Amino acid sequence: MSKELIRLRDLCMAYDNEPVLNNINLYINDKEFLTLLGPSGCGKTTTLRIIGGFVTPTSGDVLFDGVRINDVPPYRRQINTVFQKYALFPHLNVFENIAFGLRMQRRPDPSDPTGKKQVKIPEEEIRERVMEMLEVINLKGFEHRKPDALSGGQQQRVAIARALVNRPKVLLLDEPLGALDLKLRKDMQIELKRIQQQVGITFIYVTHDQEEALTMSDTIVVMDKGSIQQIGTPEDIYNEPKNAFVADFIGESNIIDGVMVRDRVVKMYGREFPCLDGGFAENEPVDVVIRPEDIDIVPVEQGQLTGTVTNVTFKGMQYDIIVDFRGFKWLIQTTDHSPVGARIGIKIDPDGIHVMKKSSYSGMFGDYSSFSEEYDELDDASLALDEEESEDEE
Amino acid sequence: MKKNTSLLNRIFMALVFVFLYAPIILLIIFSFNAGSSNTVWKGFSLAWYTKLFHNRIIMQSVYTTLLVSLLATVAATVAGTFAAIGFYAMRRRVREPLMTVNNIPMMNADIVTGVSLCLFFVALFNGWHNFAVWFNNAQRTFILVENLHMGFGTLLIAHIVFNIPYVILSVGPKLRQMDKNLVDAAMDLGCTWMQAFWKVILPEIKPGIVSGALTAFTMSIDDFVISYFTAGSSSSTLAMTIYGMTKKRVSPEINAISTLLFVTVLALLAIVNIREARQERRALQRV
Repeated sequence: MSKELIRLRDLCMAYDNEPVLNNINLYINDKEFLTLLGPSGCGKTTTLRIIGGFVTPTSGDVLFDGVRINDVPPYRRQINTVFQKYALFPHLNVFENIAFGLRMQRRPDPSDPTGKKQVKIPEEEIRERVMEMLEVINLKGFEHRKPDALSGGQQQRVAIARALVNRPKVLLLDEPLGALDLKLRKDMQIELKRIQQQVGITFIYVTHDQEEALTMSDTIVVMDKGSIQQIGTPEDIYNEPKNAFVADFIGESNIIDGVMVRDRVVKMYGREFPCLDGGFAENEPVDVVIRPEDIDIVPVEQGQLTGTVTNVTFKGMQYDIIVDFRGFKWLIQTTDHSPVGARIGIKIDPDGIHVMKKSSYSGMFGDYSSFSEEYDELDDASLALDEEESEDEE
Repeated sequence: MKKNTSLLNRIFMALVFVFLYAPIILLIIFSFNAGSSNTVWKGFSLAWYTKLFHNRIIMQSVYTTLLVSLLATVAATVAGTFAAIGFYAMRRRVREPLMTVNNIPMMNADIVTGVSLCLFFVALFNGWHNFAVWFNNAQRTFILVENLHMGFGTLLIAHIVFNIPYVILSVGPKLRQMDKNLVDAAMDLGCTWMQAFWKVILPEIKPGIVSGALTAFTMSIDDFVISYFTAGSSSSTLAMTIYGMTKKRVSPEINAISTLLFVTVLALLAIVNIREARQERRALQRV
């Protein structure tokens, strides 16, 4: 689990002097499930394409097992890719699609002592390995179908089989679930994780869906504007976001201006709150992240802060309520119903408060004044996909 | 009032059709005329067709036409296909002006293309002549031909040149319809670019290539103006021979050969159109 397999060193990429990636430094361990997460245009697909060998970086190195592979063409890398919208070969049936990589392979002839003669993989072996893959992806009996006679989920699985049958050391997946509907996407998330554990290889996964990233990954790399914002386990990223961008992109966050009075004490709205963070300068201005589910509603007289409820939405599991605290709107998730217009008090436990250094993203996120629109944007995954494509074209 | 307009409409339509098709129908009918008149019907006969196949000049020009059309189609299809792939790989800002340049020869008057090619060949041969004379005087080991003339070679080059844009125009859309990740996928699975071309790109764009080739062949077979200016005096295409025959007394043989040419081109166009319609239907079914 701990052996390093791929390292990106000072990777920069520019199209027409337009920087797309700035100084990416990242290492990826063997058998790890690593996700590149970010909004469209953040450089995650470009990073993946550089690892796959489809794009040569402007500067910096790509190391595979310690060897520099910048100039190695894709067909000589021990890496296979599952493309956005699958890119199955329409003129070949499922069997031939999966067998494609095996038919291209040449290996030393076992009967030749010098080991110089290269032979094709024998037909029986190809047959065996393709059938084995069909079993892994639960598509036995579909081998003679053409790709356009398969559903989206089935095409997806054929694309994975076509890549895995070559026994690569690394599988790259470029928004593979983007074109599937929500229910299928959830099933495929579990399926993908199962396949990864079964074959035991490294998966590098690109997505803009934070929930997908949290569900499947061992490590998440959050990217924005061509730079890495944070690298960590899903728990780290969620609980200890490094800046306002990460806090806002992963889950829901209220981000409030604060001042770090001293270690373990932060001041918001002129009031001191106990917290668990330290290591800041005395009276340093900071961003304070409070997750909506970490806020308790209490009677006004017991509250650390008091505000007015301006909006209530029933979400099934909980209510999303928007509360106005002196002009700044917070999102609170609670199982108790509070009517619109009610005065309420809130209480935040010290471990519900996370303090971040100020960054260039400070002040851009974390206010829920434009509550409903924000939800719409997050749900519109197909729109984000289209944007990504037009960006690639130029 | 309404009735009047519809009557006018019908008369107008009838006139259009009469002027468009009556000459061709007349030509076809009189190609089967037993007599040698183009105005008086003397009974059905295939005599003019028989005569046609015994006319050495005509058969020679049919051979020239078929040969030049086939060779030009093959060359233009190969060149046009690779050119289309090149266009496809370009950035939009570069591609679009170049596509306009590609489209100009198709819009351009044939006579301008013909005359300019003719002038170009003359200038080129002149330059070659000067070079060959100088070269032959300078040494005696390799003797170069000093005088080049327009003939089958220049005719073929001209046909290749005016056919390429049609192939590019018909292959381009197929490339753009193709999932742009297919080539990456093939290379990811172990193909070099050339292998990816044979195994993945070619099967995908084949319908466009075939349509392009058929269009090019049709264009070549019935071209007159450009051939006229580039064939020189030694070779003659069918269209040129027919034109030559009209200068003397108009023989019904012309009707026969024109009918055959008309039917051939019509058949080719029908094939192209039926293929395209079928592909569109298939593409619709896929979506």
